[in-house]
Amino acid sequence: MRRLLLACGLMLLAIAGARAVQPDEVLPNPALEQRARAISGGLRCLVCQNQSIDDSDAPLARDLRILVRERLVAGDSDSAVIDFVVARYGDFVLLRPPFNAQTLLLWVAPFLILLLALLFAWTRVRNRPASMAGPQPLSPEERERLATLIEPDEKP
Amino acid sequence: MIAEIGHYALALALGVSVIQALVPFWGVVRQDRALASVGSSAALTSFGLVALSFLALVASYVRSDFSVANVVANSHSTQPLIFKFTSVWGNHEGSMLLWVLILTLFGALVALSRNSLPPRLRAGALAVQGLVAVAFLAFVLFTSNPFQRLSPAPAEGQDLNPILQDLGLAIHPPLLYIGYVGFSITYAFAVAALIDGRIDAMWARAVRPWTLLAWIFLTLGIAMGSYWAYYELGWGGWWFWDPVENASFMPWLAGTALIHSTVVMEKRDSLKVWTILLAILTFSLSLLGTFIVRSGVLTSVHSFASDPARGVFILLILVFFVGGSLTLFAWRAPLLRQGGLFAPISRESALVVNNVFLATACATVFVGTLYPLVLELLTGAKISVGAPFYNATFVPVMVPLLLILPIGQSLAWKRGDLLGAAQRNAAAFGLALLAALALIAFTQGGPVLAPLGIGLGLFLVLSAVFDLGERIVTRASGWRAVLSRAKGLPRSAWGTAFAHAGVGLSIIGIAAAAWSSEAIAVLKPGERLTSGRYTVVLESVTPRTGPNFRAEVARFQLFFGGRELESIEASKRIYTARGMPTTEAGIRTHGLSQAYVSLGEAQDGGVAVRLYDKPLILLIWIGALVMALGGGLSLTDRRFRLAAPRRAAPVAAQAQPAE
Repeated sequence: MRRLLLACGLMLLAIAGARAVQPDEVLPNPALEQRARAISGGLRCLVCQNQSIDDSDAPLARDLRILVRERLVAGDSDSAVIDFVVARYGDFVLLRPPFNAQTLLLWVAPFLILLLALLFAWTRVRNRPASMAGPQPLSPEERERLATLIEPDEKP
Repeated sequence: MIAEIGHYALALALGVSVIQALVPFWGVVRQDRALASVGSSAALTSFGLVALSFLALVASYVRSDFSVANVVANSHSTQPLIFKFTSVWGNHEGSMLLWVLILTLFGALVALSRNSLPPRLRAGALAVQGLVAVAFLAFVLFTSNPFQRLSPAPAEGQDLNPILQDLGLAIHPPLLYIGYVGFSITYAFAVAALIDGRIDAMWARAVRPWTLLAWIFLTLGIAMGSYWAYYELGWGGWWFWDPVENASFMPWLAGTALIHSTVVMEKRDSLKVWTILLAILTFSLSLLGTFIVRSGVLTSVHSFASDPARGVFILLILVFFVGGSLTLFAWRAPLLRQGGLFAPISRESALVVNNVFLATACATVFVGTLYPLVLELLTGAKISVGAPFYNATFVPVMVPLLLILPIGQSLAWKRGDLLGAAQRNAAAFGLALLAALALIAFTQGGPVLAPLGIGLGLFLVLSAVFDLGERIVTRASGWRAVLSRAKGLPRSAWGTAFAHAGVGLSIIGIAAAAWSSEAIAVLKPGERLTSGRYTVVLESVTPRTGPNFRAEVARFQLFFGGRELESIEASKRIYTARGMPTTEAGIRTHGLSQAYVSLGEAQDGGVAVRLYDKPLILLIWIGALVMALGGGLSLTDRRFRLAAPRRAAPVAAQAQPAE
């Protein structure tokens, strides 16, 4: 909190160009600013690779950061701000993909794979120890064959 | 002339690789020793030729030969010598040449390791390795020729991308490629063994050192890349789940699983089918990574080249080697007999669980990386899969694995005692839990998950240390006995402990990020900015001229709780040739923590300053180094230094060699 107050207190100049969040973008209300940072962290800079607008120095990211703050100042809730941005730029802007029909497989896959892999490994490992107790006892026929193999002389 | 020599050597290497791919294979099939041994000389020759070619490209860069198109596009006469040198692989063509150089280097190393490998396996592996070399040499020669001449030659080059003009470029790609490409050897061994039909503990012992070697370099490469991104990109992030990072992370996860499954195969002759599959998949993921990075499927800071023709070529290579080996696997694997038996509670089962979780983690990254591409291809819908996705999927998969790791580590082979293993780790677990609870109480209202993360990391470190202690220290024995026991303990046991402790250290570093803080402000000389435990006071902003850039350098006094530390410098550079700006963050290491300052735009005598307090951040990379050290210790284990046990040659065959 202290850092934000300090940042706001020292906010002096409007700055051309940008490198991630700039001093001039920081909102005077620290609570709002913190919400803005949290929202920005989940929004993708559209021209970057998997980088949030909070981290990006692209001009487009700056525009979006300012947009987010404008909506917050106007009194929007966090989800309303995100909905507003998604309505303009689509799901692509969300670093956390929404859970819907299109992304069902994406979200379910990791846990499904884990479950199947555990089941598979369990059945494979469990089927083994049958022979852990040592070799099966010989059947009478086998014993007889073995006897003839070991002592062939007994037979004529 | 030098460029032509390089080009010619590369073409010759392609021819030699064709021989390497075909003749030893023919020798193995016909049981002809002489033909089979051609592979070794071909591999050595091929390496020599590619090395010559690489040197030719290096010479063109060092001499700033601007009649070579590749040099023009990526170098500048004013670049410092070290960057002229590293520019060689700071571009698509050159980095592919480095790829092939390392590929043939590994082929040559296999050829030289005469005594440690069964001859048939070596011949087969060299043939497969040769086939991979043929594919990639053809790729370089036909789509990415680095020796293309330019006429008329321009007087000056276009300079290397300034972000790449850093020592990181000298270290990161070679390490990463040695790791990536090193897995080609395990792949070659797996395919050769499938063709040959002999897959046993001896195979695992022959393959394990190569797997370890590749894994060590991949670990170092990824860690180095992450640290480079951290200090170069200027916002203090070190991992972005960028598809290019994922491309290197997937083979790492699969390779980590492979290291563990080969242990089971070597010790107990079990898990053969899975280990072979894993060996194939690991290199397949390396190939996939090469495809993702080199084809231009994605555009990111990492990809220096994008060209659809190249993409299709690599895709064909990918389909051929992955599809071919998996087909071979499907055909031959059912013939393998399962070996040693083990109970559900045993070291073997613990390693199976390890593999299940690591494979799932790898699959998670795989799905997350490729899902957006496939979805866009199929439906046209664009989505992003970023860090929040991985936090919600990858982390929950990894945490249980790490929690049970110490228990698995202390289970006995064949049949273990779960209660005993749990008891042996009780002290480590108790201490770690206590530390986590104390941290939660101490930082009341702070993050809750992070102390638990620190506890998890501590648990791993402590259990590794205690495990070692238990093996070395016995009651009623002096330090001399301890020392001799420590010497007697196999290096692989040391390696295991170090590697697992390294994971713990990294996790502590990652978890501690929750306490990092950031402050932003416009400062004029004399003004101060505080973030977390650090305060900077701007002293001066002065212009400076470098060899190929102009810089604004800001100097700060740095304070830590009222005590002054060594001052810190951060700068903004403009590289004149491209007119491109970069930031050079000022970083002061303070214990295991760092103060990190980066600059924004300057205006009206003030300059935008971002100050971060990054507590314990160095542990992330120290942990990786310790992991790699663990791998190295394991690699020097006595059993790898001795020649692998040979199958007793059948006497009859020796008596009648002409048959």
